[in-house]
Amino acid sequence: MLKSASLVLLTGAEAAAEAVRQINPDVFPVYPITPQTPIIQNFAQFVADGAASTEIINVESEHSAMSAAVAAALAGARTMTATSSQGLALMVEIVYLAASLRAPVVMAVGNRALSGPINIHADHSDAMLARDTGWVQLFAENAQEAYDLMLLAPRLGEYPEVRLPVMVGMDGFTITHSAEPVSLLDDAEVRGWVGEYQLPYSLLDTQNPITVGPFAMPDSYFELRYAIEQALERVPAALDDLTQQYARLSGRAYQLVEGYGLEDADRAIVAIGSTAGTTKDVVDALRQRGEKVGLLELRLFRPFPAKALREALAKVSKVAVLDRAMSLGASPPLFAEVSAALYGSPVQLQSYVYGLGGREIYTQDLEQVFAELQEPLGPSRFIGLKTQEVDHARSENPS
Amino acid sequence: MPDLKTLAERAELEPRFTGGHSLCRGCGAPTVVRTVLNSIATPVVVVNATGCLEVATTRYPTTAWGVPWLHLAFENAAAAASGLETAYRALKKRGAIPDEPITFVVFGGDGGTYDIGLQALSGALERGHHFLYVCYDNEAYMNTGIQRSGATPFAASTTTSPSGRGDYGKHQERKDITAIAIAHHVPYVAQAAISHWQDLSDKAARAARQNGPAFLNVLSGCALGWGHAPADTIEIVRLAVETRYWPLYEVVDGHYWLNYQPQNPLPIEEWLSRQDRFKHLFQVENHPHLGELQALVNSEWEQLEARIQADTPWFEAHPELAGARV
Repeated sequence: MLKSASLVLLTGAEAAAEAVRQINPDVFPVYPITPQTPIIQNFAQFVADGAASTEIINVESEHSAMSAAVAAALAGARTMTATSSQGLALMVEIVYLAASLRAPVVMAVGNRALSGPINIHADHSDAMLARDTGWVQLFAENAQEAYDLMLLAPRLGEYPEVRLPVMVGMDGFTITHSAEPVSLLDDAEVRGWVGEYQLPYSLLDTQNPITVGPFAMPDSYFELRYAIEQALERVPAALDDLTQQYARLSGRAYQLVEGYGLEDADRAIVAIGSTAGTTKDVVDALRQRGEKVGLLELRLFRPFPAKALREALAKVSKVAVLDRAMSLGASPPLFAEVSAALYGSPVQLQSYVYGLGGREIYTQDLEQVFAELQEPLGPSRFIGLKTQEVDHARSENPS
Repeated sequence: MPDLKTLAERAELEPRFTGGHSLCRGCGAPTVVRTVLNSIATPVVVVNATGCLEVATTRYPTTAWGVPWLHLAFENAAAAASGLETAYRALKKRGAIPDEPITFVVFGGDGGTYDIGLQALSGALERGHHFLYVCYDNEAYMNTGIQRSGATPFAASTTTSPSGRGDYGKHQERKDITAIAIAHHVPYVAQAAISHWQDLSDKAARAARQNGPAFLNVLSGCALGWGHAPADTIEIVRLAVETRYWPLYEVVDGHYWLNYQPQNPLPIEEWLSRQDRFKHLFQVENHPHLGELQALVNSEWEQLEARIQADTPWFEAHPELAGARV
């Protein structure tokens, strides 16, 4: 049931900027990079027009953006930022510190390929680079989800049992630059939803001074790292609570691990991001033809929801895992996680890598994946890879 | 300006930086920190770049800091200060914190300031954040074992610019970070030294009162890295000033003012000969480099003097903006 909702035509970046405007964070340090830029451009205009009172810091690099963000969040300011690709790679040193110092920064990531070669288009290499940092990682399927997850993120990051930074991924261009009808909440509803930013301590409290970021020796480092792991373990329960509250507010009930057509499926695809949306269309079409296929969409990648995934895939016999990133020299990241989660289960797995650097993936590619699942499984497959060009390159540069 | 009694009273009333840390005997950094923090009248919040000072004062779960203190990494202390100062303004704006002054102070070594932290420093100075950046300059990467930095003087021997049978130490002139800070058109930039505590204290107090970024480059000392007895640190830093190697001056809204005029400037050898890092320069084959170093000092002093003379009329028109002469 939609309550006081209005539909607006927005790109994912515009929808994310609307969410930031409604949240009205205290501080937003940011550095421009494609395809994140429309988020900060739209938001800067909101601030210039008096529609938000946020202090934007136009820093000189993403490294400084994350540094300022962590400091501001620990000073007691609700803090958000946005980046993509090389920007995330540059700031990753401080991305680790955000989690370690328990700074609940929210960051929109317009997911984009990493150099080299340089490429501005969608894939998940940037997010996967940060998968071991201790951040919560969410992925949107479309512009509506970019908006909704941006509203969920501060509540999750500031959840007293969690207190961790949260990254909201949205596929570059496919989501950030594609306009779709988006249902927005009222400003007052969002203000009530996010509430006041509360930390039990602040670097600005000069009466109660705290030392933040000390030097840890072998006698304490291990425990301080383990504390982050424990906080991440509390995320699924916090998300259950928050998604139920958000469903009551917005009428949109989110499952962070969503089964689509899995009830009686014998074959399934596991996917993240906009491709999960395309897969839903393919599942619908194939099921109309009587094929028992389904989709498992992960909106939560960190902490990895292994238990929910095992339960959702318990009755499926063959699963294709679609990775939009590689872990060069090893199994692709999502496939590695799914394999570990299903270790010991009879489910058979097939790895696919697709869409690197914005290479399009079409419905017929996904139909092909489902068809191939009926055949004997094998080593990693690469959707749309022009192998003759790879072979040519190899003959030019014999190793 | 705060006198010695005031500084001592403040240190007693509210110990902003306490003993018990593990900095070396003869280290100049705690002198910089105590003098600067006790000279600032408002509450302070400190950001520390990675380095000796950070490592030796915050071994978990202990701390030497009686004020809010933040360390993130090596190269981003000025960016972290930007975040704190902006949060302070944002929270004051919406009435979430009392409207009381706080001075944001960054302490970084020369490695974290001249080299790896230069970009973040430049960005924060250009954006005009209201903060005081203090470089405690001991002229090399001391925490990692005395490697050359952009602040290491010409011909000094370090573990990565060693003197040897065929080499005389660092080949390059040190970077003029004070001039780089001045080029950002910030309201206050100064050079000070731990040997002249009253001058340092005055500069810290004045820097903290600016309505914008301020930068202090303070010649600290490192007995281990410079190669002298721990008890001699202050005396050797004083010789850097008396030889005109390290002029004590300040730049107010772009105008140069000299705070100390050595009456009988000493030859550079008086400073060099007290430190093992320059020992090799006194071998016959390296004598030409001694001359080169003296020529560098002379030329820098002449340039500075010319600027100071040119700005004398401006200070005559604005006497209240001139710092004390010590």
